[in-house]
Amino acid sequence: MKPEILLGDEAVALGAIHAGLSAGYSYPGTPASEIMEYLIKAAAKTKAFVASWSVNEKVAFEEALGVSFAGKRALVSMKHVGLNVAADPFMSSALTGANGGLVVVPADDPGMHSSQNEQDSRFYADFAKIVCFEPSNHQEAYEMTRQAFDVSEKLGLPVMIRLVTRLSHSRSSVRPREPRGQNELKYGASQDWTLLPVNARRRFKGILDGQAAMVRLSEESEFNSLRLTDKDRSLGVIASGIAFNYVQENLPDLEIPPSLLKVCTYPIPEKLIRGLVEHVETVLVVEEGYPLIERSLRGFFGVAGKTIKGKLSGDLPQTGELSPETVRLALGLKPLERLDLGGFKLAARPPQLCAGCPHADTFHALNKALREYDKANVFSDIGCYTLGYYPPYQVVQTCVCMGASVSMAKGGAEVGIHPSIAVIGDSTFGHSGLTPLLEAAAADTNMTVFILDNSTVAMTGGQPSYATGERLLRMIEGVGVAKEHIRVIEPLPKNLDKNALVIKEEIDHHGLSVIVAVRECLEEAKKKRRSG
Amino acid sequence: MKQDIILAGVGGQGIISIAYVIASAALEEGLELKQAEVHGMSQRGGAVQSHLRISRERIWSDLIPRGEADLVLSVEPLEALRYIDYLRPDGMIISSRVPFINIRDYPDLETLLSKIREIPRHLIIDSEKLAKEAGSSRTQNMVLLGAAAGRLMVKEEGLPRYIKVLFERHGETIVASNLKAFALGQAVAAAADFVPASGGRTGRGGG
Ligand SMILES: Cc1ncc(C[n+]2csc(CCOP(=O)(O)OP(=O)(O)O)c2C)c(N)n1
Ligand code: SF4
Repeated sequence: MKPEILLGDEAVALGAIHAGLSAGYSYPGTPASEIMEYLIKAAAKTKAFVASWSVNEKVAFEEALGVSFAGKRALVSMKHVGLNVAADPFMSSALTGANGGLVVVPADDPGMHSSQNEQDSRFYADFAKIVCFEPSNHQEAYEMTRQAFDVSEKLGLPVMIRLVTRLSHSRSSVRPREPRGQNELKYGASQDWTLLPVNARRRFKGILDGQAAMVRLSEESEFNSLRLTDKDRSLGVIASGIAFNYVQENLPDLEIPPSLLKVCTYPIPEKLIRGLVEHVETVLVVEEGYPLIERSLRGFFGVAGKTIKGKLSGDLPQTGELSPETVRLALGLKPLERLDLGGFKLAARPPQLCAGCPHADTFHALNKALREYDKANVFSDIGCYTLGYYPPYQVVQTCVCMGASVSMAKGGAEVGIHPSIAVIGDSTFGHSGLTPLLEAAAADTNMTVFILDNSTVAMTGGQPSYATGERLLRMIEGVGVAKEHIRVIEPLPKNLDKNALVIKEEIDHHGLSVIVAVRECLEEAKKKRRSG
Repeated sequence: MKQDIILAGVGGQGIISIAYVIASAALEEGLELKQAEVHGMSQRGGAVQSHLRISRERIWSDLIPRGEADLVLSVEPLEALRYIDYLRPDGMIISSRVPFINIRDYPDLETLLSKIREIPRHLIIDSEKLAKEAGSSRTQNMVLLGAAAGRLMVKEEGLPRYIKVLFERHGETIVASNLKAFALGQAVAAAADFVPASGGRTGRGGG
């Protein structure tokens, strides 16, 4: 088949389609969103499989698990922190096992380009004791996804593909192969899928018994390779995923290329590691993310007679993403000559709300109302509105994880914060805000919740939101919020005074209030205009 | 033979479109390419950049190493300077002179331009004026693409075709103004005096 230019994310999506995918699920999140966007476009054309956005990652994972139970192939993708939300079904899916191939694709964000942390999903694969592929390039992303479905069906376990921003959002050409068909419907066995202790114990023992075979699979994987040289045995390098590219990039400048082990399939291929470590004096471990291989290698006591270098030793930075430059230094090379600005300091340009954004008008009204209270706290959530942290708004005091605004405002209110205010977007509310609101309604907590309904998931590029419009209002009422304290405002400059008044009234109400600010995101409106 | 290009600008200024045109032409010529781009948070009016690598040989890193870029092509002068340390000493900078001011501490424009002029091989373009001449100030990115066209590793003639593909769905007028913007950029660059390249770095694989 002809080569195509694809994002790393898209290469995974295409690999899944060609592996005979029956259904894909995801919740938006950078840098993973383009996997589902590609699947949705492809599914709209062929109608051959299901591809849809879920309300959150846990739901997405469980939907995929249902597909796997039915004997069909499923893909579930999410940004790295999404796997925290899906961690419950994820960990237990290793015990139920996979009936149809089940592939889980978290996309990590080292460097936190668009994220609140830079956790490394390989640790989750290790935790669940399942196989993990970590592609170093686009062709591998495609091939590994295809292979992941085979491995999943062969082992009867979910398989992980770990992506990182720089691969997810880099384009390069991929040469696809012939696609294959989907599985027939075939239900899973209840004694495997019903995780009562009696079954779960047996299933967990099965996973433990299978570990040796998994290590062998990894040792024989075409994506792991060991190249030993006798010309120089002082240094050997272990490089995983895209870190392998940064090593390769710098090799031409080394007089003698060192022995090199590429690790792109896990569990850690013990034999290959042993082969390298025994061959050299110093081992440099280069991996994108947390030091997984390095830590296993080093243990508490190190390897007798060998020096292990990497992130833990300080030879590579422990935070942020790797780069060709940081790896270059760790390899003992001098930095390349380059131009510089001679100390001239450049102003930073942080992201900000679009001019005319509805959130800005909500924040102006909120700031105006809050002038009368000196102890107010605004617990925010994750979305475009988190940018209310910056001037000129400076209204946001917290942002932790999806849905935390409502729960934190409740906790804060219960120990004396007043006004205790939560600010959450419509999609984030659907994701994780509904359950804490149910609790706050039951307790009639003295707090004010803003739901900013711009009818889309704006921050991540305008995916559809479920908890919007009339349904959103019915949801709020449905969990038991008093009707007279559900207020709808239209965030527009001309409504500033009126809105500030509504806000003040609800803050002064002793009990729970929900203010829904309804106005469409400008980007969303633009998109609609463009598509007619 | 290879060429490493940093594309720079502010979210929404269309640097991904520039990347698309060059990358498509490169693919057609059978060249290897990698293009790392920025999605997500910083697209909201923040600084964005794209690393575009084209080569006859295999490309390893998705990111251009600092000190390896042949060209910084920027739709905005402050953003042009942000990536100077990616440029090799004889690297080239082509930048718009039109500031995009959405921050309070935006530096003095003349200082910025003089900093750009300190780079031996530079070209500063009034992309707004040329874009308006082409029919729409939104075509500034294509003016800059035009200005760089003669210095790219891909064939200059191969580019307009993908400008058409890119803007096709927006109708003929928009295609025409973007093609014109591209041509105006080409003309300005052709007339400009450039310090010639010193002949590439030696001792690096692929040169
Ligand atoms: C667990 C988790 N999943 C996904 C994301 C990515 N993400 C950031 S903000 C956001 C949703 C924003 O939508 P909404 O709350 O409607 O606010 P808007 O951006 O539209 O203002 C998402 C999905 C995340 N940070 N954490
Ligand atoms: S994308 Fe929409 S919600 Fe986000 S800042 Fe722009 S207008 Fe506001």
